[in-house]
This record gives sequence, structure tokens and C-alpha cells, in this order.
Amino acid sequence: MPERRLAWLALALVGACALFMTLGARGNWDFVLAFRGAKLAALLIVGAAIAVSTILFQTISGNRILTPSIMGFDALFVLFQTLLVFAIGGFGVAQLSQGLRFAMEFSLLLGAAVLLFGTLLSRARHDMHRTVLTGIIFGVLFHSLTAFIQRLIDPNEFAIVQVNSFARFNAVETDLLGISALLCAIGIAAAWRYRHRLDVIALGRDQAISLGVDHRRAVFAILMIVALLVSVSTALAGPVTFFGLLVSSLAHSAMKTHRHALLLPAAALISGIVLVAGQTVTERILALATPLSVSVEFLGGLVFLLLVLKGSQR
Amino acid sequence: MKIAAVAALLALAVASLFVGVIDVGPAALLRDPEAARLMAISRLPRTLAVLLTGASMAVAGVIMQMLARNRFIEPTTAGTGQSAALGILLATLFMPSAPLALKMLAASLTALAGSVLFLAIVRRLPVTQPLLVPLVGLVYGSVIGAGVTFVAYQADLLQYVGVWMNGEFSGVLLGRYELLWVSGIAALAAWFVADRFSIVGLGRDVSVSLGLNYARTVAAGLLMVSVITALTVVTVGMIPFVGLVVPNIASRLLGDNLRASLPWTAAGGAGLVLLCDIIGRVIRHPYEIPVGTVFGVVGAVLFLWLLYARKPGHA
Repeated sequence: MPERRLAWLALALVGACALFMTLGARGNWDFVLAFRGAKLAALLIVGAAIAVSTILFQTISGNRILTPSIMGFDALFVLFQTLLVFAIGGFGVAQLSQGLRFAMEFSLLLGAAVLLFGTLLSRARHDMHRTVLTGIIFGVLFHSLTAFIQRLIDPNEFAIVQVNSFARFNAVETDLLGISALLCAIGIAAAWRYRHRLDVIALGRDQAISLGVDHRRAVFAILMIVALLVSVSTALAGPVTFFGLLVSSLAHSAMKTHRHALLLPAAALISGIVLVAGQTVTERILALATPLSVSVEFLGGLVFLLLVLKGSQR
Repeated sequence: MKIAAVAALLALAVASLFVGVIDVGPAALLRDPEAARLMAISRLPRTLAVLLTGASMAVAGVIMQMLARNRFIEPTTAGTGQSAALGILLATLFMPSAPLALKMLAASLTALAGSVLFLAIVRRLPVTQPLLVPLVGLVYGSVIGAGVTFVAYQADLLQYVGVWMNGEFSGVLLGRYELLWVSGIAALAAWFVADRFSIVGLGRDVSVSLGLNYARTVAAGLLMVSVITALTVVTVGMIPFVGLVVPNIASRLLGDNLRASLPWTAAGGAGLVLLCDIIGRVIRHPYEIPVGTVFGVVGAVLFLWLLYARKPGHA
């Protein structure tokens, strides 16, 4: 019963959240709850955004080893942030209202994503490995360009972009929480409305068209949702390469279904559990200095290798 | 064309001697002993280090491509560089007072282990999908890289790791780069057995039927790649894409007879890295942009061009 598994996942997430909020807390509860609550909210938003965007991206590209971050989406977002600071200066960026700045970065990302990944994805079915390789090389290119421009920026202004170049789950930008929660909710609601069409799109382009789905429009809309969710998660927590892959393959193996009405919530729940529980364990139990993103990257990369090796056996 | 290439390389090398924070002209060399000292201590070693690194990285790339029988990999995208960084990190951690040579040995050993494991993985991939190999290599490298970051974070050595991961020549002075001559010698050694690597590139069965000791040649190749990569990582840091882009261009222009093309591959690597180093020195004068960053941009663009401009059917 997939529905029952979904309920178990939800229960596990609630448990993880409770542990995260209470474990090892000393002193003033008002402070502790508010402080950890903001962190928890950020983790959940980031987790849901990454999980849903990955599942959507994998469905429209028609394979399980592509994710937005493997294709260099979030590297592109960081590049745009750097370019913005380079173009109008750190002071100019600081003067922009948060909403306006986010809108600019988001629309740039969307434009580039549709141009770049729209054309790549239309070929992806024929030559998947070349597409993935291209994406990874784009990621390296965007990283190098970002590093390059960062060297050209004044050191004082550099501090503004530096924060966003590294993944961090323990020091998320809590002042962006409100707008991020709103945008994330919009993105997820839009993805939910597409859940049945996604099931059809997953059958492949020709099948989907013959079943009456406006394929081109649907793919464009879904790419838009993906770009929105990636901007939210990257703005909040920075780039993470393999986390989405880890979550989506866990969701697929836990649910064993192709229905997005079940896959999407399952992936979001699993993502939340991994992040919240992982953060609790690394921070409170193991008292490790290493950020969670590093261990997540390690595990996600291993999952990727296993997927590829297993896939090649077939 | 070959004469033009040599002339360009020489011109770049001379330019590299006279580009830097302190303005030194050729005439000042004769008059000013201070300028001659600067040349001997900083500029000349730096130029030599760049040339040695570029040449030997390109050669290591060729060998790796022949061993894995795939055009799209090189030591830094196949986990060898990251493994070397892991080795020197562990050596720093467990024997902090060990001499540099011992740390070098540790780096070479882990680089060797990392490459052997990579080749073992590659052998299990289907031959029909050549682009899967670099993909697996990149992920394999980033898994090892994440391991390195994890250990370094715990031990507060992240800054060291940053130095090994990002290639940069600004720290090169007389007395600090001489290990690179060893990697130059390893690259030269590769030239003497170049035709064997050409045969290894044809596959195991062909090699054995042509009378080649396949296992020994592969082992020798892996050893050369590991030594070159470990030395480069320890002395100047990783420079991505050199071993990937240069051999591919050389093989398009000159074909696959390694004995004939290897010197040109080495020269091409040296020239391209030197060009990127000079760009990095000039573009934000008097500050510097690390050569790894400049090459990351240049190399990624060249790689994309290779990926899409190649004739279909050639992997």
C-alpha cells in the first residue's frame, strides 16, 4: 500500500522534526524554539524544493540520472548573482529590494534555462549521455566563470556573493524565509496541478501527444516550475550537486510507483527526513564540524555510481 | 605549421619572463643585478614550472585515454587528482613531520589506487556507450573529493586542500618547484614506450596477439599517470581539462601514432597552460587570477566544442 508508506514517511518526518527541536536544548525555551524553528523551516523548504524540482526534471527529460543541479542549474544561479554584483556593485545590490532582486535573478535563470536546457532536452532522448556530459561541463564552466568574476570584484563586495557559493544547511539565510516559503508553495502547488499530466508525459513524448497532452507547453511550464524551485533552494542553501539524485532514487525505490500524486509528496517527505535527521545527527549526536552537504554529496555520488553500474548490467 | 607552433611556444615563454608585478625589460637584465636576481629566483622558475606542468599533464592525459580506451577522460576527471589530494592529506594528518618526499610517495600511492579502481569500474561499463565513461569519472572524482573535504574539515586543513585543488603558479620560486622535473622525466619516459601505449589503446586482445605484455604496460602507464598527477597536485595544484583538451586536438591534427604526436601534445599542453597563466597575470594586473580558474573557462569551452564538432561515430 503506497498510501500507507506515505503516512509512515510523514510520521518519520514529524519525529525527526521533534528530535531536531528538542535534542540537547538548554536554557530559554522561547529562544531555542524560535532559533531552531527558523532553521527547521528553512531545511524543510529547501528539501521540498530540491525534491520536487528533481522529480519534475527527471520526468520531462525521461531518465533517472539527470537532475537540475547535475545539469548546472544552480551553478548558473550563482553565476547570475555574481554577475549582478559585478554589474551594479555590492551597494547597488544591497539597495535593491529583496523581491526585485529575486525577481531579476529568477527571470535571468528562467530565460537561460529555457534556452539552454530546452534545446538540450529536446535532443536528450536520442543522445542522453552527451546531454548529461554537456550539463556537467556547463556546471564546471559556470563555476569557473563565477570564480573568475569573483576575482574581478572588490573584496568587500565579494563577501556578498561568497555566502551563496557554498552549500550550507546549518546557516541558512533566515531573512529570506518568508518570500522563499511563499515561492516554494507556489511552485509546489503548480507541480501538484500537473501531477496527472506528468504521469502521461513520463510515457514519452509521442505517447503523451497522442494521448492529448500539449507536450511543448507542458514541458515549458514544468521547466519554469523547476527554475523557480531551484532559485529558491539555491538562494536559501547554496548549490548541492547530488542531493536531488539521492532523494529521487530513494523515493522511487520506496514507492515503486509511477504516479506523481504519490511520488512528489514521498520525495518531499524523504528529502525533509534526510535533511532534518542528518542535521540532527551531524550537529548534536556526532558533533561533527563537517557540514551536512559534504556527507550528502558523498552518499549521493555513490548512489549515482551504483545506479549507472546497475543500469549497465541490464 | 610545426615551426610556427615552436615559435609561438618560444614567444610565450619569453613573454612569460617579462610579465609580472615588477616591470623588467630585456635591457634592464644586463645593467641591473637586482633584475637578474628576480629573473633567476621568480620568473624563470615560474615559466619552467608552467611548461613542465602543462607538458606532463597533457602526456598523462594521453596515457589515461589510451589505458581506458576513451577519448573523454583525463587524470583530474577520473579521480586520480582527488586521490592524490587524499593521499597527501592523510600523510599530513598522520605523519605531520615526514619529509616532503614521503608525502609525495603517499600521494602517488593513493593516486595509483584511485586510478586502478577507476579502470576496474570502466571495464564493467558497456563499450557501446563511450560517453558514460567520463560521466562516471566525474562523479567518481567528486565522491573522492567530498571524502577529502570531509576529512579536511574535521582536521581543520581545508585551506591546504584548497591549495591542492586549485592550480596556481604564483607561489612558485626557486627551490619550490624542482619536483616537477621528475614529472617531466616521467613524461619523457612515456615517449620512449609511446608505441606500446598506442597498441594498448587497441584493446587487450589485439595487444596480446601482437605480443605485448598487456598487464605490464598498463601497470607502467598507470604508474606514470599517478606520479605525474601526484607531483603536479602537490607542487602547484590541480589544473582541470589540460589532459583532456590538448590530446584531443593533437589527435585531430596529427592522428594516433603516439610516437610521432606525443612531443606535439606535450608542447601544446605547455603552450596552452602558459597562455592561460599569462592571461591570469595580465587581466587584473597587479593581482592574479589562478591558472586553474582561467583554464576552467577556456578548457570547458574547448571541450564543448570537441563534444559537438566531432564527426559522429568517433568516440
